[in-house]
Amino acid sequence: MSEPVAPFLVFFLGAALVPLLKGKGRKGLLLLVPVLGFLNLVHLGEGLHWSLDYFGYTLVLVRVDRLSLIFGYIFHLIAFLGFLYSLHVDDLLELGAAMAYAGCALGVVFAGDLLSLFVFWELLSVASAFIIWARRTRASLAAGFRYLLVHVAGGLMLMAGIVLQVSETGSGEFGFIGLQGPASLLIFLGMGVNCAWPGIHAWLTDAYPEASVTGTVFLSAFTTKAAVYALARGFPGTPALIWIGAAMTAFPIFYAVIENDLRRVLSYSLINQVGFMVCGIGIGTPLALNGAVSHAFNDILFKALLFMSMGAVLHRTGRINATDLGGLYRTMPLTCIFCMVGAASISAFPFFSGFVSKSMVMEAAALGDMRVIWFILLFASAGVFHHAGIKIPYFAFFSHDSGLRPKEAPLHMLLAMGVTAGLCVFIGSAPGFLYSLLPYPVDYVPYTQGHVLSQSQLLFYSSLAFTLLILSGIYPAEIRAANLDADWFYRKGAKALYRGLGRLLPRLEALELKLMVNGAAAGLSRLSQDGPARLALLFLFPLWKLKGVKREDLAHAAAEVRRAMATGALPVGLGAAMAILFLYLLFLFG
Amino acid sequence: MGDRAQEERQYLFDKPRNVKRLFGLYYPWLGALLLAELVVHRHSLFPWEEWPGFYAAFGFVACVALVLAAKYILRPLVMRKEDYYE
Repeated sequence: MSEPVAPFLVFFLGAALVPLLKGKGRKGLLLLVPVLGFLNLVHLGEGLHWSLDYFGYTLVLVRVDRLSLIFGYIFHLIAFLGFLYSLHVDDLLELGAAMAYAGCALGVVFAGDLLSLFVFWELLSVASAFIIWARRTRASLAAGFRYLLVHVAGGLMLMAGIVLQVSETGSGEFGFIGLQGPASLLIFLGMGVNCAWPGIHAWLTDAYPEASVTGTVFLSAFTTKAAVYALARGFPGTPALIWIGAAMTAFPIFYAVIENDLRRVLSYSLINQVGFMVCGIGIGTPLALNGAVSHAFNDILFKALLFMSMGAVLHRTGRINATDLGGLYRTMPLTCIFCMVGAASISAFPFFSGFVSKSMVMEAAALGDMRVIWFILLFASAGVFHHAGIKIPYFAFFSHDSGLRPKEAPLHMLLAMGVTAGLCVFIGSAPGFLYSLLPYPVDYVPYTQGHVLSQSQLLFYSSLAFTLLILSGIYPAEIRAANLDADWFYRKGAKALYRGLGRLLPRLEALELKLMVNGAAAGLSRLSQDGPARLALLFLFPLWKLKGVKREDLAHAAAEVRRAMATGALPVGLGAAMAILFLYLLFLFG
Repeated sequence: MGDRAQEERQYLFDKPRNVKRLFGLYYPWLGALLLAELVVHRHSLFPWEEWPGFYAAFGFVACVALVLAAKYILRPLVMRKEDYYE
C-alpha cells in the first residue's frame, strides 16, 4: 500500500464516488471503502500526522494513540457491517450521507486540536440530519429539523467554549481539559448534547426511530460514541460525569417499559448504555476508563445488531409498534435468533459481549466505594435486561400471534446480523482480544465463578419478574400513544411561542394603530390644521367680547375664522397680524 | 396450496407441550441458581453481596418496582394520544 491518508479522507472520497457508480459497482464501493479505510488505518503509525500552521494556530488533523485507535477500529467495522446491511438501498442521499457521516465520526476521534474537532463535530451533525431526512416521511423531515436545531445549539456552545479556551490558554491542543471555568463548561455541555445527557437527550429518542431501516443502524453507532470518545479525552475523572452517567442509566428504562415503538425502546436503551460509559469516564480510574471504552466498542455492535433485527422486521412487515407485532419467530427464525444474541449481549449475559465490559464500570464504582452509584447501576443492569433484553424479542417475535407471516430477512441483512452476532459472542467468550486494544493495560478478570453466578441470578430473576407480571396481566399492555419527554419543551414550546406571537402581534398592531396612527399622527395633523385658528381665536374672543358682539354671531364669526384659516383664505391684514404675532411669540420664548 | 400448508403448520410454541417443557426447564434452573451459592465462592466488595440470594432478590424486586413505577406513575404523567404533536 502506498502512503497512508487521513482516515476521514477515505470515506469522504467514497461519499463523492457513491453517486457516480451504479448497481454492483456501487455495492462493491460501499463494502470496499471501510476495508480500504481499515487497511489505511493499520498503516498509520501512532503519533501526530498532518499538522498545519493556520495563522499561528496549529491544526492537527490526525492524532493516533490507543484511545483514538480503538474508536477508529470499531467505526470502520460498523461502517462495513452497516453497508453490508444496506446493500438493497438505492437511495443516493442516504448512502452518501452515511458514508460522509462515518468519515466525520473518524474526523472527530482522530482530531488532534480543538478547531478540527469542532469542524468535524458540526459536519457530523449535518450528515446525520441528512440520514434522518433520507426516509422522506413527514415525521422524519420534522424530526430531522428538530435534531439539527438541537445539535446546532450544542455546536455553538462547543464553539464558544473552544474560542474562550484557546484565548485563555493560548493552545488549541485537544487533550485533557477538565472542568474549570466557563470555557471548559461550555465545551463540556456542547459534548453533553451529542452524548444525550438527561434533559438534552430527547433529540435521540425523537429522531432515531424516524430514520429509515438502515439509517438508524448508522445513527446508533457514531454520534453518541464520538461524544463518549471526546469526553474520555477531555474530561476523564470529572465527578459530575459519575452522576450524569448514573442518571442516564436509570431514567430511560422507565420510558422504555411503556414505549410502543420498538426502535424507540432501543433508543432509550441506547441512552441507558451510554450512561454506563459516561459514568466510567467520570470515575476516571484506568479500570473505569477501560470499561467505558470497551463498553462503547461492544455497544456499537450489539446496539447495531438490535437495530438491524428490528429494522429487518420493519423492512418485512412495514410495522414496528409492539401492538402490531408478535409471533414472528415462526417465519423469521434467524432474525429472531440474532435479535436474541443482541439482547443477551446488551443484558450482559455471561459469554456475551456486554458481560466483559459493563462489569468493569461496576467494579470500578465498587472499588471507589460509591455505594449509591453502584446500586443505581445494578438497578439499570436489571432494568436493561427487562426492557431491551426481554421486551424487544418477546413483543416482536413471541407474545400473541399477530397473524403476520413475513418472509425471513434478505440474505445481506442476515449476513450483516450474523457477523455482528458472531462478534458479540466472540468478544463475550474471548475478551482477551478486545482487552488488548484498550487504552490501559487490563488486569481485570471477568470470568470468575462468583461473577458469573451473581450476574446470572440478577438476570434470571429479572426474567422471573417479567414472566410473573405477564402471566398475571399486571405488565402494562402496549398502547398506541405518544409519551411526553424533554422534547415537549421545544415541540410544544415552539408552537406555543408561535401561537402566542400570532396573538400578540395583531394586538400590538391594533394598539399602534390606535395610539400612533389615529392618536398621535391625527392629533398632530389636527394641531397643524387647527392650531393657528385656535391661537387666533384665543386673541379674537376677548376682542369680540369687548366690542359686544352677540353670542350667536360669535359662533358664526369663529366658524368663519376656522374656515378661512383651514383654506388659507385669510384677509391680508389678518394674515400679516398673525405672522407678526407668531414672530413675537418666537421672540418671547426663543 | 402453499398458503394452506402455512396456515396448518404448527410452529414450535404453537404446541402447549413445548411451552410446558420450556417452563419445566426454567423453574428448576432458577432454583439451581440459588442453590449454586452454597458451593460457589464469591469475591465481593460490599458486605450485602454476601447475603444469601442478594442478586436474585434484587433483580426480581428491581424489575417489579420498575414496571409498577412505569405503569402507575410515569404513564399517567406522560402518556398522550398518538397524534399529540400533530
